Amino acid sequence: MLEKALKGKHGYWIWIAVLFIVITIGFSFYLRQLDYGLGVTGMSRDVSWGLYIAQFTFLVGIAASAVMLVLPYYLHDYKAFGKITVLGEFLAVAAVFMCILFVFVDLGQPSRVMNVLLHPRPTSILFWDMVVLIGYLLINIVTGWVILSCTRKEIPPPGWVKPLIYLSIPWAISIHTVTAFIYAGLPGRNFWLTAIMAPRFLASAFASGPALLIVVCLLLRRWGNFDAGEKAIQALAKIVAYALAVSIFFVLVELFTVFYSGLPEHEAPFFYLFAGLEGHKNLVPWMWASTILAFGALIPLIVPPLRRRTGWLALACVAVFVAFWIEKGLGLIIPGFIPSPLETITEYSPTGTEIAITLGVWSAGLLILTLLYQIFIAVRSELHVTGDTFDMKR
Amino acid sequence: MTPSRRDFIKTAAATVLALILPGSFNPVRAKTKAPVAGNATFSKNNIAHTLTAKRWAMAVDLTKCTADCTDCIVACHTLHNVPNFGNPKDEIKWIWQEPFSAVFPGEQHAYSGERLRKLAPPVFCNHCENPPCVRVCPTGATFQRSDGIVMMDYHRCIGCRLCMAACPYGARSMNYRNPRPFIDRINPDFPTRAKGVVEKCNFCEERIAKGLLPACVEACRQKALTFGDVEDTRSEIRLLLEKRFSLRRRAHLGTGPQIYYLL
Repeated sequence: MLEKALKGKHGYWIWIAVLFIVITIGFSFYLRQLDYGLGVTGMSRDVSWGLYIAQFTFLVGIAASAVMLVLPYYLHDYKAFGKITVLGEFLAVAAVFMCILFVFVDLGQPSRVMNVLLHPRPTSILFWDMVVLIGYLLINIVTGWVILSCTRKEIPPPGWVKPLIYLSIPWAISIHTVTAFIYAGLPGRNFWLTAIMAPRFLASAFASGPALLIVVCLLLRRWGNFDAGEKAIQALAKIVAYALAVSIFFVLVELFTVFYSGLPEHEAPFFYLFAGLEGHKNLVPWMWASTILAFGALIPLIVPPLRRRTGWLALACVAVFVAFWIEKGLGLIIPGFIPSPLETITEYSPTGTEIAITLGVWSAGLLILTLLYQIFIAVRSELHVTGDTFDMKR
Repeated sequence: MTPSRRDFIKTAAATVLALILPGSFNPVRAKTKAPVAGNATFSKNNIAHTLTAKRWAMAVDLTKCTADCTDCIVACHTLHNVPNFGNPKDEIKWIWQEPFSAVFPGEQHAYSGERLRKLAPPVFCNHCENPPCVRVCPTGATFQRSDGIVMMDYHRCIGCRLCMAACPYGARSMNYRNPRPFIDRINPDFPTRAKGVVEKCNFCEERIAKGLLPACVEACRQKALTFGDVEDTRSEIRLLLEKRFSLRRRAHLGTGPQIYYLL
């Protein structure tokens, strides 16, 4: 099937070329980082994680898109998702690939990355995160590819895929939980030290992942010669609406505990985020943008007539995506370091090099996504049986 | 075409797995390797004069320590090839001074006397009994010896900086760039570090292995620093802790810090 990625229209090749250019630029900046060290980034002694780890955390959430399609389709026999589960799985593949790349570019000594396998430490959550992420990547590559191959041949998928698909459901929960545990188990970082971290991760993931998937489906319907079906898109939109509402609720719950208890060390990072702390307010406009986008998106997602309008839906989904890109990106990582354990406030802002490398990694992920989706659409358009009725489970 | 390519991928995947799996999931092999670096000096009792202890600790007498003195810092940083980048972003420090209110958040209040406000206690790695940095390290590059010293293996560290996030004392520094050009005078008896690894105070394990006290203790003219075995009831540090009131940084976090500040 791979050869299908080599056939495409003019626009397809321009898009691929653009991605290649951005990847090349990113890579050349990465070579600079390799040579000089992580000092080329905005990270410092006090704020020792930045844009890379922020992208990693956010993208773990995007990988959730798969489970929100797989679960209704395989556990509840919700047929409208039949056509697009593979889209979710391929999106998860691209997202997890980016996650791994972002962790890799964040390493000070990338040549020693294999030490994690050579000297594994089961007490380290990072070790377990590697295990669950690689596992999730493999599960989604295998299931997505096998299902698509069988769709192409119009035969039912082999029996062994089913258990793997069922496994992918709890596994998707695990990648969020374990990633949240990286942060939520550190004694000195008050912003992260909360049991609601993992539930918050899950809720925001189930909003941002499907939101991106809706945007992708709308784009494919308009320009990509593939219709996911209005029923599937509307069902996804409802998932986004619920997950967004739950997500906002979880944040409010956290705010109550922090501010009603009045514990200064728990309050300080939130002051930094939303009001600024001792004149330091780099993230304040971003956080308010995120808040406004999240609440703003809630309205068109909840009100049925608005949700059914493609324009409103697309706008709401983009808003959800951007809102969580901020909230679960830099908005989550930076306040963990502010104030520092010694009560100092060090601001962080990414450097040009850091941004170029970040864009490079995103482009690499988008390239994989584009190739996989091109194959998917080519296979789909060759089918003799088309439309919503085709059931891949059979 | 299709079956042969598929077979190729299968064979390749199987080969890769066969190469990786035995190394990563063989706990026996991992265990025999891990403790070597830490125990090397202490298992060999034939080295004369090596100082040994059940649990090394340090007492900092804040009635003696003066804010304007940096002898301990200079001694430590010179001995351990700590670079000076001249900017706080890339800064590397093993021992340094902080205001009392930053060292002990919440212990200073609006009516605290001048003595407390003027204090600038030295801060460094607490060599915790229950170190979060060791718990989170994915490779075992930071580890705890049986005598309590928390150590770094600069050759195993991958530079993920999870230990920096985990340390509630801000005791760890990352080499954001090559430190070697920024060392005033390289001490050939102690290793310099490469870019991309994390480092911190090592309680001068290289000195106690030779029967010497830590450099900061030796450098302190006020004799404010006492180093010793807290598990030994007759040790000087133990007697000090029995007589005097002491504070530990963020002891409520359960890390069991082994630096005791005497007031």
